[in-house]
Amino acid sequence: MNTEDTRHYTTILISLVVAMILRLLEWPATLSMLNPDWVLLVLMYWCLTQSDRYGVGLAWLTGLLADAATGRLLGQHALIYALIAYGCVRLHTHLRVFPLLQQLAYVLFFLLCSQLIMFFIEILQGKPPLSWTYWLPALTGTLAWPAVLSICRAIQWRNPAHY
Amino acid sequence: MTVDHYHHMSWLHKSLSVSVYPIQWLAAAPVQLSHTLANNFRGRDVLLQENEHLRKELARLKQRTLKYEALLKENDRLRAFLDNSFKLGEQMLVAELVSVNLAPYEHRVLINKGSHFGVHVGQPVLSVDGIVGQVVRVSPTNAEILLITDPSHAIPVQVNRNGLRAIAVGNGRLDQLEVPNLPNNADIQTGDLLVTSGLGGVFPQGYPVATVTEVKTQAGSRFALITAKPSAALDRIREVLITWSQESARPFLPLQASPASGAEQTVPASPRPDSDEH
Repeated sequence: MNTEDTRHYTTILISLVVAMILRLLEWPATLSMLNPDWVLLVLMYWCLTQSDRYGVGLAWLTGLLADAATGRLLGQHALIYALIAYGCVRLHTHLRVFPLLQQLAYVLFFLLCSQLIMFFIEILQGKPPLSWTYWLPALTGTLAWPAVLSICRAIQWRNPAHY
Repeated sequence: MTVDHYHHMSWLHKSLSVSVYPIQWLAAAPVQLSHTLANNFRGRDVLLQENEHLRKELARLKQRTLKYEALLKENDRLRAFLDNSFKLGEQMLVAELVSVNLAPYEHRVLINKGSHFGVHVGQPVLSVDGIVGQVVRVSPTNAEILLITDPSHAIPVQVNRNGLRAIAVGNGRLDQLEVPNLPNNADIQTGDLLVTSGLGGVFPQGYPVATVTEVKTQAGSRFALITAKPSAALDRIREVLITWSQESARPFLPLQASPASGAEQTVPASPRPDSDEH
């Protein structure tokens, strides 16, 4: 492993850890309802920009950790993240050249998909029906996407070969 | 996804939980820090005032404890007559909440004591004001508590005034419980204290759960619409008490330590692990 690789790995690791902390941070009740899944957003960024290196595997591992951190059924986030990562890797050539608005539409679609799968898994576990506020994080996540984009771009290593 | 259902895979879950512990700790750090700062920079007069208040409270509680001792002895003797020599939940462990947001649509909280301290799934969790919830998941360093206000939680209660039994169900609001399936003419009114009935076997008997805030009879329905407010301030608690009631339930008699209780007669030879609490 050369130094550049190490730098890549640490960048990705730090970005995911920060995202996980943001996800777990305790906000006042109304804000925590809106708190988007930062981990998924950051994962999507790496899967779109570094799709030749990172994809389903990284998403799966991160998902397992997210499950443990948030006390979900083990594999729940892992499945969702892996599926979304697959979608991102498949569509990265399109998504990268899309204008921001169109990109946002796709992000919203991905986030809604993740919420929907989560919804089904929770229902299958016999959880009581969730209120409509359950779907809000998909919206706020879409709104947060430009911020994630610019921050990740800023911390990303300078390499003309990528993005 | 079904890994959780296989016991032999729980080590994976445990090791994952331990590996994310630093992240959880970091996420909880800001709140922790703000509490520490708020404690450190408190004015002298505020502290004096609080000290005064606490001293009064202590005197009041001490006086009540005197009476409690006597009542305990009496209860003890009476229970011996009834051949119901069993007592629940005296051993307690103080745990602190880790301020992390697990899932906004669920009422679960994380505490900083886990299986290292002998915490196990199904343990009742109290605060100084009343029942908080029960332990639903344990890792070596942490445990997850399902609050009584979670929509999937129900707790068997009885009205303290007359012993009427009911079930209090969470409805997703931190300051509200519902008491369904009580008929319109049930003897329950606003201000009644609901205490744990001990049925169901998870919670020890007689701890305050909630106070009834509203009783509404519905014209078209046979059941009343009853809501109650949890006794424990679930949105503000920082510390909780974990009790041992099932595993280490100890026999209440014989009382070698206090010969004055006169309980030598009707003492069952061994503790009964299957009392009516189970």
